[in-house]
Amino acid sequence: MEIKETSLINLHKSYGAKLVEFAGYHMPIQYSEGILSEHKFTRSNCGIFDVSHMGQLFIYGDDNLTKDLEKIFPIDLQSLKINQSKYSFLMNEKGGICDDLIITKIKKGYMIILNAACKANDFKILKEKLDISYEIELKEDLSLIALQGPGAKNILGKVIPEITNLRFMHGGEFIYNDLKIYITRSGYTGEDGFEISISNEIAEHFTKVLLEHGSKLIGLGARDTLRLEAGLCLYGNDLDAETTPIEANLKWAISKKRINDQYPGSEIIKKQIQSGVKKLRVGIKPETKVIARANTKIFNEENKEIGKITSGTFGPSVEHPISMGYVDSNYSSIDTKIFLEIRGKKVSANICKLPFYKKNYVKEV
Amino acid sequence: MPEVKFSKEHEWIKLEGEIAIIGITKHATEMLGDIVFVELPEKGSSVEKDGTAGVVESTKAASDVYTPVSGEIVDTNQTIVDDPAKINQDPEGDAWFFKMKMKDTSEMDSLMNKEEYDKFAKESSS
Repeated sequence: MEIKETSLINLHKSYGAKLVEFAGYHMPIQYSEGILSEHKFTRSNCGIFDVSHMGQLFIYGDDNLTKDLEKIFPIDLQSLKINQSKYSFLMNEKGGICDDLIITKIKKGYMIILNAACKANDFKILKEKLDISYEIELKEDLSLIALQGPGAKNILGKVIPEITNLRFMHGGEFIYNDLKIYITRSGYTGEDGFEISISNEIAEHFTKVLLEHGSKLIGLGARDTLRLEAGLCLYGNDLDAETTPIEANLKWAISKKRINDQYPGSEIIKKQIQSGVKKLRVGIKPETKVIARANTKIFNEENKEIGKITSGTFGPSVEHPISMGYVDSNYSSIDTKIFLEIRGKKVSANICKLPFYKKNYVKEV
Repeated sequence: MPEVKFSKEHEWIKLEGEIAIIGITKHATEMLGDIVFVELPEKGSSVEKDGTAGVVESTKAASDVYTPVSGEIVDTNQTIVDDPAKINQDPEGDAWFFKMKMKDTSEMDSLMNKEEYDKFAKESSS
């Protein structure tokens, strides 16, 4: 299959990007400054991320659409206000996660941001589940640019002053050079920031304007260290079709009001909420500087295997190795001592609370 | 000036008398990215040519460090253990990995010189 390019490909190249294939796209893993400095710049200033590989799916329909989507997603869409976003999941009949996503209510329907590797399958699933009278479209003519960091509000505010009124997980349509762009205050770094859905034709121009105002391009490498410090899950690593939102410690994302309703996997989710789960996602910190990466085996003090790491890296802002993984829920309480098998040696580590780095979301304006 | 040789695993080796100083090349650090962890062999341990003698980890991945020659580890560079970023800053100078008493200095002969290594590095990364 041909590897796709985003509309920012030339910009990436001119900024010295190291390109890798990711979910079928040529994506920048890092630029000339490297992951550590890109990570720190985002935390202290403002980074721009090309996330145009992600799916931007729009569903339009009449008043029944909300009710029909509630048969698919385990959230309370009826109380979702226009331009408000919520984190949710597409699940299989076993309650396993097919994708994690952000759904936003817009004027005539919903906008859903999907993982790049899952978007084609998500589209297929939604097509099958929804009545043909609804218009469903996976937009290929839109780019998605994330602006993240404490400087994001000022930088984007210079271009579109009205964005300073947005609260975290709220969005709106804005006009730039007579063109409509849709912006939400959200992100995947733990910092304040925005995600900008913009037509491919002006995506490069708009990104250049943001760069001129003092932000820097940041690659997928730093995106991964930033999200892991913020305790956010990566689909394919920390979430998959064999894992439920309850096991993933994401119970908060299942609306309380929906617990007795029917949606794919609802019986299992209800049971797990009531009687607990066998495995649970936790934060893990090794006691030494050694990094425990994905697939590292986890043991208890009696040398019994109790779980597996699903993401691990060095956290540049916490200045320590950090990991997430799944353990037997008997070992999931904070400060439980565990052992990680790294290159044949057992390394001591502790279960710790997530996130590793305090989130800086702007919940009130 | 002592001769510096290079291995296909991207180590450099400088022989001073019968003591070899070993580190990883600038090209290796560029491929690895920011190095955040390093594990060195134990002082006094014996290592065999092409065997593993430590680990470097960048933000992206872990890679083994190989020794291009055989001998006994006589010294290790603790400053890079405490501050692995030094490896990115000066890989072919202050950020050496370990010093070794070589078993057979003729093992140096099979390694690449600077010119050969630069050519090899350029070809292997393209």
